[in-house]
Amino acid sequence: MLNYIIRRVLWAIPVLLIISLVTFYLGHAIPGGPFDKEKPVPAEIMANLESYYGLDDPLWKQYTDYLTNVLHGDFGPSYSSRSRTVNDIIGEHFPVSAVLGILAVLVAMVVGVPLGMMSALKQNTSIDYICMFFALLGVSVPSMTLGPVLVWFFALKLHILPVARWGTWQQAILPAFTLGIGSAALLARLTRASMLQVIREDYIRTARAKGVSEKNVTVHHALKNALIPVVTVIGPLFAALVTGSLIVEQIFAIPGCGKYFVTSVTNRDYPVVLGIMLLYALIIIIANLLVDITYSWIDPRIRYS
Amino acid sequence: MESKEKNNASNKVIIPERPETNLWRDAFRRLYKNKMSVIGGIIIIILLFISIFAPYIAPNHYADGDFMHNYEKPGDKYLLGADFMGRDVLSRIIYGTRISLSVGIVGALTSFIIGVMYGLISGYYGGKVDNIMMRIVDIMYGFPTLLLIILMMVLFKSTFAVTTPGTFVGTLSAIDKSFGGLFFIFIGIGITAWIGMARIARGMALSLREKEFVEAARATGNSNFKIMMKHILPNLIGPCIVTVTLQIPRYITFEAFLSFIGLGVNPPTPSWGMMISEGYKAIRSNPHLALYPGLALAITMMAFNFLGDGLRDALDPRMK
Repeated sequence: MLNYIIRRVLWAIPVLLIISLVTFYLGHAIPGGPFDKEKPVPAEIMANLESYYGLDDPLWKQYTDYLTNVLHGDFGPSYSSRSRTVNDIIGEHFPVSAVLGILAVLVAMVVGVPLGMMSALKQNTSIDYICMFFALLGVSVPSMTLGPVLVWFFALKLHILPVARWGTWQQAILPAFTLGIGSAALLARLTRASMLQVIREDYIRTARAKGVSEKNVTVHHALKNALIPVVTVIGPLFAALVTGSLIVEQIFAIPGCGKYFVTSVTNRDYPVVLGIMLLYALIIIIANLLVDITYSWIDPRIRYS
Repeated sequence: MESKEKNNASNKVIIPERPETNLWRDAFRRLYKNKMSVIGGIIIIILLFISIFAPYIAPNHYADGDFMHNYEKPGDKYLLGADFMGRDVLSRIIYGTRISLSVGIVGALTSFIIGVMYGLISGYYGGKVDNIMMRIVDIMYGFPTLLLIILMMVLFKSTFAVTTPGTFVGTLSAIDKSFGGLFFIFIGIGITAWIGMARIARGMALSLREKEFVEAARATGNSNFKIMMKHILPNLIGPCIVTVTLQIPRYITFEAFLSFIGLGVNPPTPSWGMMISEGYKAIRSNPHLALYPGLALAITMMAFNFLGDGLRDALDPRMK
C-alpha cells in the first residue's frame, strides 16, 4: 500500500512537469505579448521591459528559469498587475474559489444525501419517483440557466439576497446553490443506488432478525455502509467544483481564481496562467489520489499492487 | 443428472415460446417501456427537426436587427421579445439549436471514435502498450479541462484572427469563419472529450480479453484486429453509448460557457450561451432575455440525460 502511494506521488511529478510545459508552450504560442498596448510602447522601453522579465531569453531558458523559481516557491511576477506577484494573486483569489467550492460541496451533501436516502427507503413509491425526478432535473439544469433564474427570483423579485459580488454570507448563498445543486443531484442518485444495494445485504437481515429497531437498522447498519461510495466522491467533487467554478464566478462577479484566469489569458499574463493551471492540476491529482487511498482504507478488500 | 434433465423437460412445457430476440431488440423494448427516456428521445428528435428546418420555422433571420424595437417585451410582434439590438429572441433560440446540437454531436463522435479505439487498443494489448497509453491519459486527466479549453480557444482565436488566404492557417481560418467560429470549438472539445471514454473502454477491454470466447477466437487463428473489432468492440459498445449520451450535456455546456465569456462563436451567430451572457447584462429590466435561452439549454440537456438514463437501464438491466 505504502509502495503504491509513493509510486503514485512520484508519478505526479512528471505529470505536473508536462502540464507546465504544455501550458507554457500554449501560452507563448498565443500571438501578442503582455506589454502590447493600444498605443505602442517605444521600442527601447519595450526592450527594457522584456529584458527585465527575461522575455528576451530563448524560450527553453525562460522555461527552465521558471521551473527553478517554482521549485523555490516563487511563481514569478505578474505582468499585468505589476505591484503583485503570482503568489500574492493566488493567495488573494484562491481562498475565494476554495470557500465557494467548500460551500457548494456542503450544499450538495446536505441536499443530496437525505434525498437519496429517502428515495431508497421508499423505493418504487411516489416519494422515490419525485425525489429521483428532481435529481435528474438538478443534474440537467446548467449553472448558466440556474444562476440567472435564482438572481432574478431571489434578488430582483423578492429582494432578499444580493445580486452579485463576494464578501458577506448573504452573497455566498446564491453562488453556492448554483454551483452545488447539480452535485447534490449526483449525490442523491449515488446515495440511493448504494443504499438499495446495502439494504439487501445479509447483515441487514441479521440485524432485523435480532430485533434491532428499524430506525437503528437504517442509521447504524445501512447508512454507515451506504455512505462509503458517497464519501469517496467528496474529494473529486470538491476538486471538480473548485476548478469548475469559473462559470459561477463569472455570473456572480466573484473575484475567484477562475475569473482571474480568463482575464490573465487575455492579458498574456503567462506566469499567472501557469500558476493557476499548476495549482488546479495539483488539486485534481491530489483528489484522484485520495479517492484511491480512501477506497482501500474504507474497504480493506481492495488492494493495490 | 437425471432430475436436472427432468427439470429441463418440464421447464420447456411451462415457459411460453418467446419471439427470437437479440441484445439490441431487447434493449429497445426496455427503452420503449421507460416513459422518461421516450420523452427525452422525442424532445431530441424535435430539436433535430428544429435545427434542420430552422430557416423555415424561425419568424425572422437571427441577425436581423430592428432598432425601433430593441428590448421589446414578449408580445404579438416578437413572441419571446427582442434583444438589445432588436433581434427576435425566438428566432435566435431556434437557430441556436443548431449550435448546441452540432457541438453535442461532434463532441460525442470524437469522444466515441477516438476514446473507444484508444481504450480498446490499450486494454486489449495490455502490458507495456497499455502502460504507456494510460500514462498519456493520466497526464490529460490532470489538466483542469475548462482552463485548458480556454487557453486553446484564446490561442486559436488570436492565431487565426489575422491571416492571409491561401496558406494552411488561412484555410483553417476560412473554415472557422464559415462555421461562425464553431470549428475551433469542435477542436477544443474534441481534444479533451475522449479521455473519460478511453478509460471506460480500456477497463472493459481489459476484462473482456480474458473471456473464453476471445481465447476461442484466438485459438481459431483470428488476427488481433479481427478479435478487437468482431469480438470485443460489440461487447463494450453498449456501455460506451450510454456514457457518451450522458456526456453530451457536458459538451453543450462547454460551448455555452465559451460563448458566455466571449471565446465561443462569433457574433452574430446565435449561441444560447452568448444570448444568456448578453441578456444577463440587462436582467434587471429584461429578465426574459437571459431566461428563455437558459430554458432552451436546460431542456436540451434534460432530454439527453433522460435518454441516457433510459439507455443505461435498457442496456444494463443489472444497474436498475
